[in-house]
Amino acid sequence: MNQDLVFLLYIFVLAMFAGYEVITKVPPILHTPLMSGANAISGVSLIGAMVVTGPQQTDLSVILGMIAVIMATVNVVGGFMVTDRMLAMFRKD
Amino acid sequence: MDVPIYSLVLYLVAAVLFIIGLMRLSSPATARTGNIMAATGMLIAVVITLLLSEVLNYTMILVGIAIGGIIGGVAARAVRMTAMPQMVGIYNGLGGGASLLIAAAEFFRYYNLDGGFDVQNAATIMVTVLIGAVTFSGSMIAFGKLQGFVESKPITYPFQNIFNLVIFLAILAAIIYLIVAPESIPLFIGLIVVALVLGVLLVIPIGAADMPVVISLLNSYSGLAAAAAGFVLGNMFLIISGALVGASGFILTRIMCRAMNRSLTNVIFGAFGAAAASSAVGGDEGERVVRETSGEEVATLLGYSKRVIIVPGYGLAVAQAQHQVAELADMLEARGVDVKYAIHPVAGRMPGHMNVLLAEANIPYDKLYDLDEINNEFERADVAVIVGANDVVNPVARNVQDSPIYGMPILNADKAQSVIVIKRSLSPGFAGIDNPLFYMDKTMMFFRDAKQAFLEIIDEVKHM
Repeated sequence: MNQDLVFLLYIFVLAMFAGYEVITKVPPILHTPLMSGANAISGVSLIGAMVVTGPQQTDLSVILGMIAVIMATVNVVGGFMVTDRMLAMFRKD
Repeated sequence: MDVPIYSLVLYLVAAVLFIIGLMRLSSPATARTGNIMAATGMLIAVVITLLLSEVLNYTMILVGIAIGGIIGGVAARAVRMTAMPQMVGIYNGLGGGASLLIAAAEFFRYYNLDGGFDVQNAATIMVTVLIGAVTFSGSMIAFGKLQGFVESKPITYPFQNIFNLVIFLAILAAIIYLIVAPESIPLFIGLIVVALVLGVLLVIPIGAADMPVVISLLNSYSGLAAAAAGFVLGNMFLIISGALVGASGFILTRIMCRAMNRSLTNVIFGAFGAAAASSAVGGDEGERVVRETSGEEVATLLGYSKRVIIVPGYGLAVAQAQHQVAELADMLEARGVDVKYAIHPVAGRMPGHMNVLLAEANIPYDKLYDLDEINNEFERADVAVIVGANDVVNPVARNVQDSPIYGMPILNADKAQSVIVIKRSLSPGFAGIDNPLFYMDKTMMFFRDAKQAFLEIIDEVKHM
């Protein structure tokens, strides 16, 4: 294992702890919007999909990347929009 | 890949916006702006990625974003709130699928490259393929079960767990082989196919009642798949974001398991529902009597109460009676009755589902209380109204040690002065066991469809 991979593992583990601390504070009333919001955030694979679709020449990798772009964008756009729609319904008396 | 410093800084800004966005989900008052902040973070990340030097193929990327954006936008507007579990189920799958495709694309890129793979590339690619494929196919089955396309009862066959274990070991062997000698396209494709099959096999034995756990777990996997794709590409932003989602799904999975009194291993390997239904407690049911009531009696009781707690279950949503409940609550409040809602963690078909369904019916969120907040208030309540819920108010969970739900946290509805149960029949709930609450002296059974029941009660309250 080279050092780069270990460095990335550090980031992963620390981010998991950060996520754990933050998300423990989300009340049960908001757990459904939390899940759809998490869907939108996991659509972050859009960034990776754009990178693999990036090269100018069209080959198998680029085609797979483009399908990934479509799938991830559905997550991002659909996830954030449906979360907003839900959160707009929560009103105080 | 070589990323300029300003891009790295802006990716960090985007990651911080995600975290602050999630922090703002700690209250319904700040949640909406939090979601917008997270969306802004994503927009920043997409723009800086477009500006990276190796990203040149704008046409394909922008066409892809346009297609995905239209599908996502239309779906987000059209989906009904009762169908949110299905939507989250599909999105979990798309997240896993996107990561799978990224890993596959990187595999073919390295394959065609002169230098070939190093061990690290190969290892991260294979692990991403496994997580992504299992998440994708497992989520599609979970969606199918929720939607009714796939048999929602547990699908079981002999030696199921052993069979799955053998498949998993075969996958591990293939991964180890591919890490050492990645240059085999047939084996790589084989790995993808078998990992997809494993996702299907892991979800088919899980019954519909356990879907909240499965959806939460797959939510976690979709985050881990994105993080794994981040390892493949050496992209810290993907790793951070994926880890946040992974943690979120993990926490929700644990909460759901605890609320259902099950361990995660029991949910995944137990094929619940099939077993529990056959061991349903029978016995002296015939001798016990229930007290039936009418809309008029319920209306009188509620109208002259001081404190009423409504316990909604999924039966309420099935009957589409949320708006009638809200209307009755408004009428009671106009008469000076204090109305609160007690929401059990598994009251809907996914974590937090019932809260959204009630919010949609314009019920203010400060009247919605979760189990820990409200359980001590039942003793002081004049009436507890249980609508379409059963196992979550079954006192057996407190004191009958050999019951399948023993130890499950329940709402103390039986502690209220009077209990009204609105239910179509005496049939048992998911756990398949009888509920002694129905036979208590202070309990009145109103055998109706939830919507019809509330219409009758509303009509009577109007004439008071």
